[in-house]
Amino acid sequence: MAIATMRPCGDYRTSYRADQTIFATRLSTAWALAGLLLLCLAPWLLSGYLLSLLIQIGYLGIAALGLNILVGFSGQISVGHAVFYGFGGFSSAYLARHGVPVPLAIVLAGLWTTAVGLIFGLPATRVKGLYLAIATLAAQFILQDFFVRAEWFTGGTHGAVAPPFTLFGTDFSTDTRYFYVVLFFFTLMYLAAANLMRSRDGRALVAVRDHYLSAEMMGVNLTKYRTMAFGISSFYAGIGGALYAHYIGFMSVEGLDILFSIQFLGMIIIGGLGSVMGSLMGTAFMVALPELTGALATALEGGAIDHALHLKDGITYLREMLIGASIILFLIFEPDGLAHRWQQIKAYWKLYPFSY
Amino acid sequence: MTSMEHTPEPSSVAPPLLEVRNVSLRFGGLRALSDVSFHVASGELFSIIGPNGAGKTSLLNCISGRYTPTEGAVLFEGRDITRVKPYQRAALGIGRTFQNLALYSHMSVLDNIMVGRHHLIKNNFLTGALYWIGGAQKEELAHRRKIEEIIDFLEIEHVRKALAGTLSYGLRKRVELARAIALEPKLLLLDEPMAGMNLEEKEDIARYIVELNEEWGMTIVMIEHDMGVVMDISQRVMVLDFGRKIAEGTPAEILANEDVSKAYLGGEDFTLEGSPTQEPAVAQA
Ligand SMILES: Nc1ncnc2c1ncn2[C@@H]1O[C@H](COP(=O)(O)OP(=O)(O)OP(=O)(O)O)[C@@H](O)[C@H]1O
Ligand SMILES: [Mg+2]
Repeated sequence: MAIATMRPCGDYRTSYRADQTIFATRLSTAWALAGLLLLCLAPWLLSGYLLSLLIQIGYLGIAALGLNILVGFSGQISVGHAVFYGFGGFSSAYLARHGVPVPLAIVLAGLWTTAVGLIFGLPATRVKGLYLAIATLAAQFILQDFFVRAEWFTGGTHGAVAPPFTLFGTDFSTDTRYFYVVLFFFTLMYLAAANLMRSRDGRALVAVRDHYLSAEMMGVNLTKYRTMAFGISSFYAGIGGALYAHYIGFMSVEGLDILFSIQFLGMIIIGGLGSVMGSLMGTAFMVALPELTGALATALEGGAIDHALHLKDGITYLREMLIGASIILFLIFEPDGLAHRWQQIKAYWKLYPFSY
Repeated sequence: MTSMEHTPEPSSVAPPLLEVRNVSLRFGGLRALSDVSFHVASGELFSIIGPNGAGKTSLLNCISGRYTPTEGAVLFEGRDITRVKPYQRAALGIGRTFQNLALYSHMSVLDNIMVGRHHLIKNNFLTGALYWIGGAQKEELAHRRKIEEIIDFLEIEHVRKALAGTLSYGLRKRVELARAIALEPKLLLLDEPMAGMNLEEKEDIARYIVELNEEWGMTIVMIEHDMGVVMDISQRVMVLDFGRKIAEGTPAEILANEDVSKAYLGGEDFTLEGSPTQEPAVAQA
């Protein structure tokens, strides 16, 4: 969904093709390409710690984009995204342990998760809103329970090994190499989503969200598109989870709880519902926030605040509180998310200094 | 604006484009429609009038599939479509606009209109996601060219990039018309396309409707409260009151009909300037 932005003077479109690009201006396309190139150099430019954060943003960003397609673009709710992410991780680990090459296992895991997502998305053809939220909550608990019990598949409470990523006999499991694996999937998945949103089925998803009755009159099959959104969303979750599993080398049911699902919701709310790039921004925010909390706690060490709150002991709680607080603050002050704020900043500078 | 003299006789050979056969619709105890029958020939501009709550929108909903009649049948090109799903009717060639605005407010005007072409576009979530590979881009651009014709026709070029939700009321009505035209309907159903507009805007819309009917060859069924416009551009008019059809005929016949003036104006005599009043009405209770 293109956001109506002001274009700089002199940027005239002479063909419909030039008018349908993913990025609004030639300049922003150039920026995006430059950014991608710079990212390719990241393993040389960044410390190991920052690189690991980028990898995290990569696979979580893929999963968050999936949730945004479901919640932001198609207007349905899910409070069980984490278990689909988990299902992707377990599936890929399982497939790889049974001899499937890891790159293929990741893709297959995405497809398996799609199938599971479609099944749990079936209630969406019947119910909306709060009732759908409860139905996805059921998915969260059913699958979480399944992960604990299905030892053959997940290793039960002990977890399961996810073999390292190798391609043509080359090992890609070091951070410097795995970064490219994630970057590859990330670029592909984000381009695919941007393309989807400027073609028929993406528009239909948004139409169903904005006015389902008139969408139906325009020939949009509501059942098909509501279910499809669950399918696509689960595919993204599955790929994200699979990339995570092979990065860590291990997949465990721990952490796949409802809090994680809500964190995914937090990412897309903070980034901007219904914005492809917003999904990335929100994920980056969510990954950076705990790191900043840690840094803050260290900086305040020994001070009065530290004595009062015991920052070091309470750091995990502090992190969760900050996540919750930032979601609420965004809902109140920036409900359109970081992506929208970014558009406004760009509009401001385009007209600078006449920006009133 | 042109006024039509002749009434095209519904041909006895080919079935009429639209036939509504003894349709009744009940909401619990409320009878929204009682035994309504009429037909519309291909190429006609047919209007439905009646006081508020008469059942006009309900009737349109029965034709577009939003409501299923409690009794009776709706036939399109001779085929019974009473139970055809609403979303399948776009592909049959039935398009409509809504009395209350029903745009996708967070989408651009262009995207809104493109949704109208949903059933004509073939790319799907896979080919769409691949975009450059597999022809989706080419197809999208071809359809973009098509909707630009509609945008030119309705004179909404200046807002094509704007989000539909940010437009003025009159413009939104126009975009909705554009979206309905975009699906290339044989039958276009318009629910009060001029409601809430000033005289100038009404004249524009009336001009578009006449042109769609005469130049684009669309058959039009229109609900409208503005009698002046209805009598001026319609070939035939049907009057509903309390869910019943009380009259059907040419504008001249309707204007001369006593039942109609009773239902509409509480029995007072009414004449519109220049309205012929000589012919007897074809009234049917
Ligand atoms: N979904 C519904 N449920 C219950 N009653 C309904 C429903 N839709 C319409 N009605 C009732 O049916 C009657 C006819 O309504 P309808 O909207 O068809 O009238 P209308 O002729 O379009 O009126 P208006 O000129 O005000 O648009 C009204 O009494 C209305 O309250
Ligand atoms: Mg009505």
